[in-house]
Amino acid sequence: MLASLATLLEPLHYDYMVRALVASLLVGAVGGFLSCFITLRGWSLMGDALSHAIVPGVAVAYLLNLPFSIGAFFSGLLASGAMVLVKQRTKLREDVVIGVVFTTFFAAGLLLASLYPARVDLKTIVLGNILGIAPSDLWQLMAVSAVALGFLFMKWRDLMLVTFDERQAMAIGLPARRLQFLLMILLSATAVAALQTVGALLVVGVLVTPGATAYLLTDRFGKMIAISTAIGGSTGVIGAYASWFFNGATGGCIVTLQTIAFVMVWLFAPKHGILMRR
Amino acid sequence: MNRTSLEVKNVSVRYPGGHQALRDASFELRGGTIAGLVGVNGSGKSTLFKAIMGFLKPTSGSVLINGQPVTTAQKAGLVAYVPQAEEVDWDYPVSVWDVVMMGRYGHMNFLRIPREADKRAVEEALNRVAMWDYRDRQIGELSGGQKKRVFLARALAQGGQLILLDEPFTGVDVKTEESIIDLMRQLRDDGALLLVSTHNLGSVPEFCDEVVLINRTVLAYGATEGVFTLENLSEAFGGVLRHFHFESSTVQSHDGRNVQLLTDDERPLVFGKDGHLEYKDRSGREELVKKRAEEVGP
Repeated sequence: MLASLATLLEPLHYDYMVRALVASLLVGAVGGFLSCFITLRGWSLMGDALSHAIVPGVAVAYLLNLPFSIGAFFSGLLASGAMVLVKQRTKLREDVVIGVVFTTFFAAGLLLASLYPARVDLKTIVLGNILGIAPSDLWQLMAVSAVALGFLFMKWRDLMLVTFDERQAMAIGLPARRLQFLLMILLSATAVAALQTVGALLVVGVLVTPGATAYLLTDRFGKMIAISTAIGGSTGVIGAYASWFFNGATGGCIVTLQTIAFVMVWLFAPKHGILMRR
Repeated sequence: MNRTSLEVKNVSVRYPGGHQALRDASFELRGGTIAGLVGVNGSGKSTLFKAIMGFLKPTSGSVLINGQPVTTAQKAGLVAYVPQAEEVDWDYPVSVWDVVMMGRYGHMNFLRIPREADKRAVEEALNRVAMWDYRDRQIGELSGGQKKRVFLARALAQGGQLILLDEPFTGVDVKTEESIIDLMRQLRDDGALLLVSTHNLGSVPEFCDEVVLINRTVLAYGATEGVFTLENLSEAFGGVLRHFHFESSTVQSHDGRNVQLLTDDERPLVFGKDGHLEYKDRSGREELVKKRAEEVGP
């Protein structure tokens, strides 16, 4: 009994594991909160695009020995600019433009990584490396999360109105465009932060699945946020914790857990579950 | 007490692509009226609507609400907006109560936490549109008419003085249309200025006190009787309308004059023999009916 308890507590003896748990909690919670807006606004594909588009930036940052967040930022900015440009200059539909631009960026990242395998760790970028998170990275993550959660907590009602009915928001004098822009910035910052936790391929899971799950459980926005944030945070911690015992990729564990939660809710939710509907 | 006013002065809008949507549009309206903004698709109607709501800046000219710029009036919560049904995401996780509460944001503090007064205003507004019993429903679970009433309740709760309605009658049945018109009249009688964007010609004389007729500019504005003439409408709508003459119909004696009917496939607009407007709803217009009877004679 005592021995098994000791086994369960074992991960907590390692500093890097504690940092991983805290980081997963934060990324999961902020991602969960944001996912409510992303799912309702129809930005899921955009989140996916963004997380892939920052890959070449991170690769370049490794090559130049810069903090990877700077590379990610410029790469994301460049990708957004490219999307706007292609969209304005062609008659292609938006999903096509996003598809073309984000694969291009992702390909550039893969190419860079394959050219300099010794200096760019492709596996870290694509799958994340939460166990290797440095104390300074964690501080940075805590600052980003505190700002994001603080802003979202204070302004979620305004953001709800802006995403629900932008015209009314503007009609009562809310700075609708500025609020949407801030939401995009938060989305980008969280995508960059989540890159290290779950990897580029799974960022979109953290930014979409908790919101999709919560949406099936409630018809009230406030509750949706609470549920989504709770799902994001708890799957983050449990996933990171479980990955210690499975010896599996942390990102994989977290997102798999989120998917399990989604499927359970989809089947059994009281009002919107497919088994409960009449 | 200040009467609400809306002044549109020489507004021109040219889109970045070079398309001139509006040229030198001017009109003026005061509170206590229901005004129709009437024009075909592409007439610049929605552009003008957007300019009044401050969504786009006119290339030249200005829009003043109560003598102030649009943004100032908006910050004071004077402008309320009732969206088109197609614009709303009905699957959004908000209840009837939540939507009406959105009208109170301007009255709330920074965190938008509702106070007692806000809750009272929401309750009052919901009672007034007979939607109080539905307050906990998710908005997608309502009928077409109920959906409209919820957004009208939001404008009510806000206490908006200038209420903009975008095509309020698309996709609602006749009975609902009448109940919406009834609500709009109540708001008008409270002193509000209602500006209704519509292309539904036939219903305009039924509920609009005044009309602003648009085709790339303001062609005419003023009391419906004066503006809704055959000449003005032909100019505004061009070849879009079906035009029926009843010269040899059985509904009238043959005296050289005729009843004319204009329709854009929705509710028809009927002109009497003297080119005057015919009303379906004659209550409150007894004087007019009597006058016409005298003209026609025994």
